[in-house]
Amino acid sequence: MTTDVARRVAAIWRIEGARVVATLARVVGDLGTAEDLAQDAVAEALEQWPRDGIPNNPGAWLTTVAKRRAIDGWRRQQRLEERYRLLGADLEDVPDADWQPIPDDVLRLVFAACHPVLSREAQVALTLKVVGGLDTEAIARLFLVPVPTMQQRIVRAKKALSAARVPFAVPEPSEWPARRAAVLTVIYLVFTEGYGASSGDAVLRTELAHEAIRLGRVLGALLPREPEVLGLSALMELQASRFAARVDAHGDAVLLADQDRRRWDRSAIARGRDLLQRADALGRRRGPYALQAAIALCHAEARSVEQTDWDRIVLLYEMLGRIAPSPVVELNRAVAVSMASGPLDALAIVDGLVGTGALKGSHLLPSVRGELLSRLGRTREAHEELCSAAESTRNEREAALLRRKADALSD
Amino acid sequence: MKFMLIMRGTDEAYAAYKQIPFEQIINDMGAYNESMMTAGVLVAGDGLAEDMSKNFVVEFGGEEPVVTDGPYGETHELFNGFWIIEVSTREEAIEWARRAPLIAGNKLEVRRVTDETDFAAFADNEYIQKEEGWREEQASR
Repeated sequence: MTTDVARRVAAIWRIEGARVVATLARVVGDLGTAEDLAQDAVAEALEQWPRDGIPNNPGAWLTTVAKRRAIDGWRRQQRLEERYRLLGADLEDVPDADWQPIPDDVLRLVFAACHPVLSREAQVALTLKVVGGLDTEAIARLFLVPVPTMQQRIVRAKKALSAARVPFAVPEPSEWPARRAAVLTVIYLVFTEGYGASSGDAVLRTELAHEAIRLGRVLGALLPREPEVLGLSALMELQASRFAARVDAHGDAVLLADQDRRRWDRSAIARGRDLLQRADALGRRRGPYALQAAIALCHAEARSVEQTDWDRIVLLYEMLGRIAPSPVVELNRAVAVSMASGPLDALAIVDGLVGTGALKGSHLLPSVRGELLSRLGRTREAHEELCSAAESTRNEREAALLRRKADALSD
Repeated sequence: MKFMLIMRGTDEAYAAYKQIPFEQIINDMGAYNESMMTAGVLVAGDGLAEDMSKNFVVEFGGEEPVVTDGPYGETHELFNGFWIIEVSTREEAIEWARRAPLIAGNKLEVRRVTDETDFAAFADNEYIQKEEGWREEQASR
């Protein structure tokens, strides 16, 4: 019975948590305090609900109890008379059954959790905690760190917000682009942490990626007129559509070219396509996420590597390189060029990259270069590059794959 | 994991709905849908029309399937709408289902939607492959 209630409380918290914390944060003016109060209310629920039953509007119950706790705290401190009176009035204004969270509060919550005073790590943890409604144990499990480490990270994040007196507010228009970009980065980091096949249990990884997709949907509902928010959701849906096909029966990563495309999730592809169309329909220039989503869509719609519209992909990478230049984008463009117009043109781009010294120490450059050289029949150089790539990667499976490729050349 | 919330109404519910202004029903449903959208769980959903000039039933039994216009014979519970939600636990699906703004006489049947893991052992099956091909065509419409 008690565990049943505990499971229900966890489910209710997943649904209501963000809005409860957001409402409280607006009242008390501080995210950390709001989160602590809400957790106290959850503890009280775990005590009371098994005995008294679960209230009709559990979100309202939690909010009311947490507000009462806030008042008790202030009363004990015998200060902030004015705030107490204000809060008291507010409390009376909110009869349980009519409690409706204000959506804007959740938006403030997202921006507070991704505030620039916090490290990226702290932003990620706090976003999953307060917006995603995950408990600290779950977040620690998903990120493969000990629970106390995650606990500390979250406590420190909340303290940092209080210490910096970060207002519980939506950013000013002048700050908007940078702050929005930070939120998108945090969500995409959660996704890539789940999508990256680097380590850990495949099921957990999928769970984390789905959490990011959910956060993307939350943000899309809050900011329906921001094309990059939709672009990010499109990108995540399209990448996630390949989940089932990207690992083989032994848990080894399968390259895009070798994936069984029948196992791609067609409904996720359809959702990704719709999201990208919605982003485009807003009539602004595509941002980096929308462009990456468009590239992912080219792959998703192709029946095979050979039937892929590589010219279009090259064009999209060129556009991406113009608005968000990076060596990785340039390298991806090279790969696309090699498919569209052959390895020689691509090698020129890669050699240009080598010349700049970018991506030094990464296995990416030598592995692509090795691949191109091998296609050009320059076997000895290719072998050398692939071996050096194998030495540069810390991912054992990837290294093994590269070594196999190198060995195949010397046969 | 995905769940389908299947709405079923009885004659009792249909009669009761006639007493409620249609706009209120739209508002209640709209608020519910919006809450699932803002929580990032809503994947799909639609209502099914009570359009007797378009609806029909195909019954299988004899040599040939028999097509008849609605209404639906002896059926007392009509399937009249659905939502597909994506959540992390069964409990979460239950909490969402409980929140549906449905009046007395309605029922929600909640079913987990199969995903490809359900058919992983049959990935090479000819029919599974055909199914995938069909989905592919749908998706690249």
